[in-house]
Amino acid sequence: MGFIMKSQIIDIDKISTESYLQTVYRRFKRHHLAAFSLIILAVLCGAAVCAPIIAPYDPDAIVGAFSGAPCRQFVLGTDQIGRDVLSRLLYAMRISLLVGVMATLISTVIGVVLGLLAGYFGGVADMIIMRFTDMVMSFPYILLVLVAAAIFKPGLWNIILILGFVDWPGIARLVRGNVLSLRETNFIKGNIVAGMPLRHILFSEILPNTVAPILVYATSVLAISMLDEAALSFLGMGVQPPTASLGNMLNGAQSLTVLTSQPWLWIPPGLMIVILVVAINFVGDALRDALDPNSEKR
Amino acid sequence: MGKYILKRILIAIPVLIGITIIDYGIMCMAGSPLAMLQGPRVSASALEAKKIALGLDKPFYVQYFIWLGQLLHGNMGYSVKSYQSVSSMIGSHLGPTLLLMGVSLIISLLIAIPAGIYSAIHQYSKGDYTVVTLSFLGSSVPSFFLSLLLIYIFTVKLRLLPSSGMSTLGTNGAVSDVARHMVMPVIVLAASMAGSNIRYIRSAVLEILQQDYLRTAWAKGIGRFKVIYKHALRNALVPIVTVIGMEIPVLFGGAIIIEQVFSWPGLGLMTMSAISNRDYPVIMGVCLLSAVVVLAGNLITDILYALVDPTIQLQ
Repeated sequence: MGFIMKSQIIDIDKISTESYLQTVYRRFKRHHLAAFSLIILAVLCGAAVCAPIIAPYDPDAIVGAFSGAPCRQFVLGTDQIGRDVLSRLLYAMRISLLVGVMATLISTVIGVVLGLLAGYFGGVADMIIMRFTDMVMSFPYILLVLVAAAIFKPGLWNIILILGFVDWPGIARLVRGNVLSLRETNFIKGNIVAGMPLRHILFSEILPNTVAPILVYATSVLAISMLDEAALSFLGMGVQPPTASLGNMLNGAQSLTVLTSQPWLWIPPGLMIVILVVAINFVGDALRDALDPNSEKR
Repeated sequence: MGKYILKRILIAIPVLIGITIIDYGIMCMAGSPLAMLQGPRVSASALEAKKIALGLDKPFYVQYFIWLGQLLHGNMGYSVKSYQSVSSMIGSHLGPTLLLMGVSLIISLLIAIPAGIYSAIHQYSKGDYTVVTLSFLGSSVPSFFLSLLLIYIFTVKLRLLPSSGMSTLGTNGAVSDVARHMVMPVIVLAASMAGSNIRYIRSAVLEILQQDYLRTAWAKGIGRFKVIYKHALRNALVPIVTVIGMEIPVLFGGAIIIEQVFSWPGLGLMTMSAISNRDYPVIMGVCLLSAVVVLAGNLITDILYALVDPTIQLQ
């Protein structure tokens, strides 16, 4: 027991000399897989952003033979109508990341606002907001997305909006729970007594104290919305061709010829989704550990 | 206990009504199913007759109440496309879906419970690291991509397993034949569920292992086996019940995509064709059914909580 106490004291000394961000950085680095994932994510995002510069061909232009196998000229081959797969893959990553990030932003904003309101005001507002959250959560998620995607014309911005409007209940619940416990703390009570305006209390006092769990949750929402975009586009109800997305590049594999004899058309986009989502999940998991004020084990 | 269940059902009813209203609202924004019938060979007067026959000429809130009233009489309406009653359509497609969901749920729990507990007990060991990494992989692979890979390997390359349907055409569905058709869809569904469940059970067990009563158990010196398998595992039942409750809506949704890829003749396949045909009565029926299933799942979870954890008081 004495030994454990001693090591804890040493840890506390170390923390007191470093800033919060340094602590987070130090704890994050412990997760080698997450650090590696972050590098991969950075490289892939960089490649996606720079797609117009580094892509060898125009993604929508017909540049080669139909369904050509990978060769030196077309590293990943060409698709059914002779477009370069590598160029399409780079542009698809751009679209898929855009959908994921925008949907996550929208759902985070909705979830944070509703959670703050429900948690802070309580009473009737809380009941109405939480019952509504229950309703949205009671729908099987994919069913809701599919129905919405069938009703509103499928397309890039509609997919972003649909995913953004169904992903928020988890964040709303999380924020509400945190606000409920923060509301009872002395510094918030002090603010109320001091007569600070409501907007200040909500957004400048409460919100910063719940940013860490929101950030962690948002990474998982990002992973989920990228998976959903892929699934929707795969079913033909997401991003519409000719715009390439990782999901609709896989759509062709529903045909038997592509599946059996042209694996270069569907394996690269599929692997790319797996790599992106796994990396995001690893980073999120390490962030959870690094941002948690109570995690100073090991 | 009976009182508690009754109270929970009464609370669920407004949520259910809310769901039907949201559902109906979305449908009304969607536009008319008549648009799907239009074509050069359908005259305007035929369309008008159809519209009146389907009750589409009335305002949408009237249509909603008509639908709700019929529902209370056990009539879920008729498919706009095939003219079958929605309840019989759901009835005939429910079996295959329940079979697929049930088997996948059991298999995913058989994987996730031992793996999660092992991982928690051996925290930060090589084994734990492997299990957690694999679980991340399981929940990160898109189910349709995993399905395509499995079809590519087992159907195209090895010619071992059939890739579509529930039984071979021309046979009457022997158990072994159905089982062969089920292998791949079950693997895909179970893998994605097990992925998230392992991490959930792991962190729940980790929390239990830090409790005071476990320290007491260790201090009594009753041995590692008894501490873990008697004191810790019984308490781990609570998070495991939670996992089962959480899985029900996930299963329902996951089945839609899997059934589409493997042409499994269940609710998911029916729903997808209803969605593309804008067959509203069928879509409404499926949404309602799924909401009932999810709410019932939550209720059962709450009751199971009370059974496995005597400290939870039902009131």
